[in-house]
Amino acid sequence: MTSGTTEPKELMLEVKNLTVEYQSDLETVHAVNGISFSLAKGGTIGLVGETGAGKTTTALALMRLLPERTGKIRQGDILLNGTSVLKSSDKELMLLRGETIAMIFQDPMTSLNPVLTIGDQISESILLHNSQGRTPEQIQGRVDEVLNMVGIPPARKREYPHQFSGGMRQRVVIAIAMACEPDLLIADEPTTALDVTIQAQVLMMIRKLRDRLGTSLVMITHDLGIVAQTCDNVAVMYAGQLVEVGSAKDIFNRENSHHPYTNGLFGSIPKLNERVKRLKPIPGLMPDPTALPEGCYFSPRCAESANMCLKARPEVYVKGEHKIKCHKMRNVDGYVKEEAEREEAERG
Amino acid sequence: MAEKTENALVRTKGLKKYFKVSGRWLHAVDDIDIDIDQGKTLGVVGESGCGKSTLGRVLLRLIEPTSGKIFYDGNDITGYKGTQLKKIRSQMQIIFQDPYSSLNPRMSVAEIIAEYMIVNRAYRRKADAFNQAAKLMDMVGLARRYANLYPHELDGGRRQRIGVARALSLNPKFIVCDEPVSALDVSIQAQILNLLMDLQEEMGLTYMFITHDLSVVRHISSEIMVMYLGQCVERAEADELFRNPVHPYTKALLSAIPEPDIETRNKEIKVLRGEVTSPIDPPAGCRFAPRCELATENCMTDAIELVDRGGGHFAACVNLSGQRTN
Repeated sequence: MTSGTTEPKELMLEVKNLTVEYQSDLETVHAVNGISFSLAKGGTIGLVGETGAGKTTTALALMRLLPERTGKIRQGDILLNGTSVLKSSDKELMLLRGETIAMIFQDPMTSLNPVLTIGDQISESILLHNSQGRTPEQIQGRVDEVLNMVGIPPARKREYPHQFSGGMRQRVVIAIAMACEPDLLIADEPTTALDVTIQAQVLMMIRKLRDRLGTSLVMITHDLGIVAQTCDNVAVMYAGQLVEVGSAKDIFNRENSHHPYTNGLFGSIPKLNERVKRLKPIPGLMPDPTALPEGCYFSPRCAESANMCLKARPEVYVKGEHKIKCHKMRNVDGYVKEEAEREEAERG
Repeated sequence: MAEKTENALVRTKGLKKYFKVSGRWLHAVDDIDIDIDQGKTLGVVGESGCGKSTLGRVLLRLIEPTSGKIFYDGNDITGYKGTQLKKIRSQMQIIFQDPYSSLNPRMSVAEIIAEYMIVNRAYRRKADAFNQAAKLMDMVGLARRYANLYPHELDGGRRQRIGVARALSLNPKFIVCDEPVSALDVSIQAQILNLLMDLQEEMGLTYMFITHDLSVVRHISSEIMVMYLGQCVERAEADELFRNPVHPYTKALLSAIPEPDIETRNKEIKVLRGEVTSPIDPPAGCRFAPRCELATENCMTDAIELVDRGGGHFAACVNLSGQRTN
């Protein structure tokens, strides 16, 4: 797909070598360690990984919502429609958030304001980004429209969050995010707190809205099933790095070569259609982000790790769109080392 | 069903638990009959609020049933009190969902694991209880160097191993696993599932495995019961249930699971309309009817019975009218 043009014209989002640390007096948490990915207009990328992989930190960095005192973007750049989010002023950011980029937070129980009606919470961002000069009546009309879109009767807009069930609250959170029809939507585990049947409703709705409005979507999840069902592209994250990136076809085709961590994730989930006697879990735990191992971050848990894995940071090997950050890929046919430019900059 | 009860370690008959909520009755568990054979696993699935955790607790007599009977090893334990109850309880244990809140933060790992043995005077000397605790730590794969640490110093997977070790400490025969892996990451979840299955094989344990995760339940269960608003809507041998689900709710539940396979992306998902209705004073008839696409007038009035559709596959739906679709 990438035809070598330098103009990132059709790109909605480009993340280049992003490095984020949380700095306290005692220690430095290396949450995100030089990740790069891009998302075409109207595309969907799934960011998969386990707790502590740095998924939410990445999302917060994209929105520039990292905690001010501790969260530091050390390196890299984030380009939204070609302009740098990192260089934007607070005022520009305010215009950006909500209108160009919006976020669906994980927990609908805590991400709504309990003392405001849901109607007020939805109209807040419409009011803030009222470039068309809507009258109060028109704003209310838009609130009704958005509520209809997510399947909540507009008559309920005078109710408070506690009067809604979990699934309905998540719909309200989605309504707030979609109120200004953002170009890019970041969904951070949007259905983790919900039951399966409600999850199916919410995912279906996000898909429909995306298709209708042409929104680009970053779907953050730990569930490979959700990624398979909603995303065109997939980025697998481990210890703040992207260990494997590719199209959904690349990642979910089990015949392909994969990063050992990706294989570990697939081996850990019980299959629905066949019965396996034993699961193949990944031994051990995610490394401590304050003291990351030398060499490959996955090497302490990796069954295939060799001597060099413990010493040298792996390069990224590419075949078409499929990228794998693993030493073993150097001997695999068809995969070539990615241009050194990005990797050079990697911390180490 | 009479012939089945011969081997059943745990059995209930017409088990009900209603909670009084501002003068009305919340039907948490409504008329549940189960039997779990020695060494087997009954998986209980359902969405939040369907009464699956309450069922687990009623079975262990942690909550008193409103009516119905609980049998353990052939004995009716519904009326057990005092020492009799205490004795039976050491054989029935529970592993809780949340490894963060179910461990006392002020006790060390060894103290937590030894506590049940000390309380039940399993050993004459406390030191023996701690020795046994160390053995249990080996058994569940916790390094002994963690013995003097406190729960907050450990990650979720290790904490859940403490929960498992504690549940095993009194040599129980029956363990209720109440969403033991829901709070864990997939790679850790697989470690704990393997551990539970290994222990079952080694010690002949009988499990009731409560979860909302259908792929987990299929993996670990021999038989599965699907609950909706306090009632059992379908029950069958695990493979049979997944191969041939008959109740509309089970079908919707199965089709709602996002599969990690892009081939299935365009499969039709039966998206259920609406949400779970209130369990407080539910109307007569099928409780799933308000969300069911097959619902007819019959569903609103008739009492829906759990009918054996052959081969121990039970389902409660009036629209199935006997014939099986294979």
